[in-house]
Amino acid sequence: MSKEILKKSEVFYEVYERKPGADKLTTTYCPGCGHGIIHKMIAEALEDFGVQDRTIFISPVGCSVFAYYYFHTGNVQVAHGRAPAVATGLKRANPDSIVISYQGDGDLAAIGGLEILHAANRGEGFTVIFVNNAIYGMTGGQMAPTTLIGQTTMTTPRGRDPVNDGYPIRMSEIIATLEAPVYVERVMLSDSKEIMKARAAIRKALKVQIEKNGFAFVEILSPCPSGWKMTPSQAKRWVADVLSKYFPVGVKKDISAEFEGRKKEVKKVSKEEIAKILGIVEAEEVDKRVNKYVDKDVSEEIKVAGFGGQGVLSLGITLAYMGMKHGYKVSWLPSYGPEMRGGTANCHVKISKGSIGSPVVSYPTLLIAMNRPSLDRFENDVVSGGIIVYDNSLIDREPVRSDVTVIPIPATKIADEIGSTKIANMVVVGAIVKYLDLMSVEYIIDSIDQVIKSKKLADMNREAIRKGVEYMTTNYKLG
Amino acid sequence: MAITQFLKGNEAVVKGAILAGCRAFFGYPITPASEIAHTAAYYMPLVGGTFLQAESEVAAINMVYGAASAGIRVMTASSGPGISLKQEGISYLAGSELPCVIVDIMRGGPGLGNIAPDQSDYNQVVKGGGHGSYKNIVLAPNSVQEMFDFAILAFDLADKYRNPVFILADGFIGQMMESVEIRIPEVKEPEKNWAVKGTVETMDNLITSIELDPDDLERHVSKLQQKYKIVEEQEVRYQSYMLDGAEIVIVAFGIVSRVVQTVVDELREKGVKVGMFRPITLFPFPKNEIADIANEVESFLVVEMNNGQMFDDVKLAVGNRKPIYFYNRLGGNVPTTKEICDKVMEILRRS
Repeated sequence: MSKEILKKSEVFYEVYERKPGADKLTTTYCPGCGHGIIHKMIAEALEDFGVQDRTIFISPVGCSVFAYYYFHTGNVQVAHGRAPAVATGLKRANPDSIVISYQGDGDLAAIGGLEILHAANRGEGFTVIFVNNAIYGMTGGQMAPTTLIGQTTMTTPRGRDPVNDGYPIRMSEIIATLEAPVYVERVMLSDSKEIMKARAAIRKALKVQIEKNGFAFVEILSPCPSGWKMTPSQAKRWVADVLSKYFPVGVKKDISAEFEGRKKEVKKVSKEEIAKILGIVEAEEVDKRVNKYVDKDVSEEIKVAGFGGQGVLSLGITLAYMGMKHGYKVSWLPSYGPEMRGGTANCHVKISKGSIGSPVVSYPTLLIAMNRPSLDRFENDVVSGGIIVYDNSLIDREPVRSDVTVIPIPATKIADEIGSTKIANMVVVGAIVKYLDLMSVEYIIDSIDQVIKSKKLADMNREAIRKGVEYMTTNYKLG
Repeated sequence: MAITQFLKGNEAVVKGAILAGCRAFFGYPITPASEIAHTAAYYMPLVGGTFLQAESEVAAINMVYGAASAGIRVMTASSGPGISLKQEGISYLAGSELPCVIVDIMRGGPGLGNIAPDQSDYNQVVKGGGHGSYKNIVLAPNSVQEMFDFAILAFDLADKYRNPVFILADGFIGQMMESVEIRIPEVKEPEKNWAVKGTVETMDNLITSIELDPDDLERHVSKLQQKYKIVEEQEVRYQSYMLDGAEIVIVAFGIVSRVVQTVVDELREKGVKVGMFRPITLFPFPKNEIADIANEVESFLVVEMNNGQMFDDVKLAVGNRKPIYFYNRLGGNVPTTKEICDKVMEILRRS
């Protein structure tokens, strides 16, 4: 046993080849710094648990930025504070890897405050080693989020003042309030007894990951003699006598016994299944009813407008989708965002034999106005010789343009008679398709389910289209 | 076998990505890009992948960094304000040479701006955007079909060059629906023996962007520049439209190029000798091709939905050899065919 303790762990590189300069055998850490001890305890645990080859160690920004000089594991060096997000990505990509997010106090509790909170809250299956030495070491001794009240640093030259700087943050206690973390403990490197407790905590935290894929968090109060301007022995004493008074050591949360483990199976899905999932299936045979339209020379630019909730967008989608099924080139462009919620909605539809350049309809050949504001807004844009279709059960004026064809349809009234205001849009679909003879009405009725997925409205949609067709046949003497 | 689907740009890009082998999406909701997250949230778990709504854009891009480090195909998507937040992570991805795909559905800026389509992320995406001397490879689709196709291309380029690849589109390309011809691609993911996979074979691998010694960092950054040079030599993509006999060439990308295509059709019908040149890759920018065209034509008109961000690149390519005119709309307005036609006629009258 004593022999083994003297030997450097195999999880460390024998020679630190990545370290620049001549000295490749010692670390970059200052005398009395806690990082060396913590590294050693992690390395020994990984070795004992036989997971060295599966381990990925994340080097943060801070004094431990070069941890990858030492650890003979997979290594990823990351941006300041982002280790928990990177660890999330690593672990999600490869749940069988053992991931260690090694972070300092500035990294974890200040710039990366959000990342650690949410990774912990999701219970990501990695281990966090949080080294709290109450100061920014690498950047030259500035205030950390864990710097104590009254503690002088380069950026608190008169001592940390809570009025200006706030209070030191107890991260372990915060993390322990969350549901998902399995194990949270604060330990300290003050004397050999406490160091043994720290060793046990690190091992337990790694076990939680190895055995149960659970989130564990170990905060280590660690001496920084250089940053604190103390001797190594003074620094150790300060950890015990001062730092741990504000940051009490001990287990903050432990549900490891009852925690059943986090699922980590990766589902393998075949290429064929994926194609099916994405709806990529053998093309159905072209319906004979659409053949009639193959050579039809169409170039419609349609603007559909109305209130949000009138089905304006799905009216446009239906026309475009059915157009596509009839072999036309089509595009559909909606108004989007908050505009859709409650206010007015409109969409641009192009149906054309030739390829479509701009999908924007500025000057429609066909305006479908489902409410008065839409008619007011777009009437003047319609090209000369174009068509205005409007719902005259809702719009209390007639279009004033005399150079366009005006088609009033009481779409909402017809829809209400069928049983739902919502299907006024389908009445219009039937009417337009009939009037323009753009597509096969029967085909649309039979395949409307492909566009409007609501099963509840399916029958009524078909009825609405039929009624729209009927209205045009009756009132416009169409065959 | 090809089948046709009627898709939104924001859906098509996810379907392309999944068929390209992408198995992780990390993102944060933002209009007009949110449907990308919606679609990924629906499909990723079904195909054995991960979808995660991150706590922030910053976290999302760093999750991408993690998954890319592990060697899987991974993507994120956002719009201008979110891309600004991601810039830190993108710089690290470029510095660490990690492949990933980032979709930017541009909206009006600066600041909160609005959610209408816009092209003002050109500089922050094409010129780098984050800190350091790096480049993203940038693809600019102008149709839903290209949203699908470029998703596949983007993953191949990302892996080939170990570099972030952007799909730079706008609110209209993201929101519009068109028919898309879907072919299932033969995916050839290269062996990523540099990745950190939690295996014996990859134990000695290191993903990092830090090089403390200036000479080491210079070597690393020079190597990146060499890579970008190869990208410039090999990956330029563009579309020429009706350039034969053109006196004036309109340069436009993304949604504007669709409007310009109609403009060219209309003007050609009237006998006006106009054509269009559309850069498909914004980095690498087709500067040699534009320089060649400058020998043949009288003038250029650059049309953009920003303050002339691509104009600078056209200017660099053309130099002082030919006049370059500029027409733009700002604030999320899309130039109309009429506006552009008028501008062309005005230029022709003047010259």
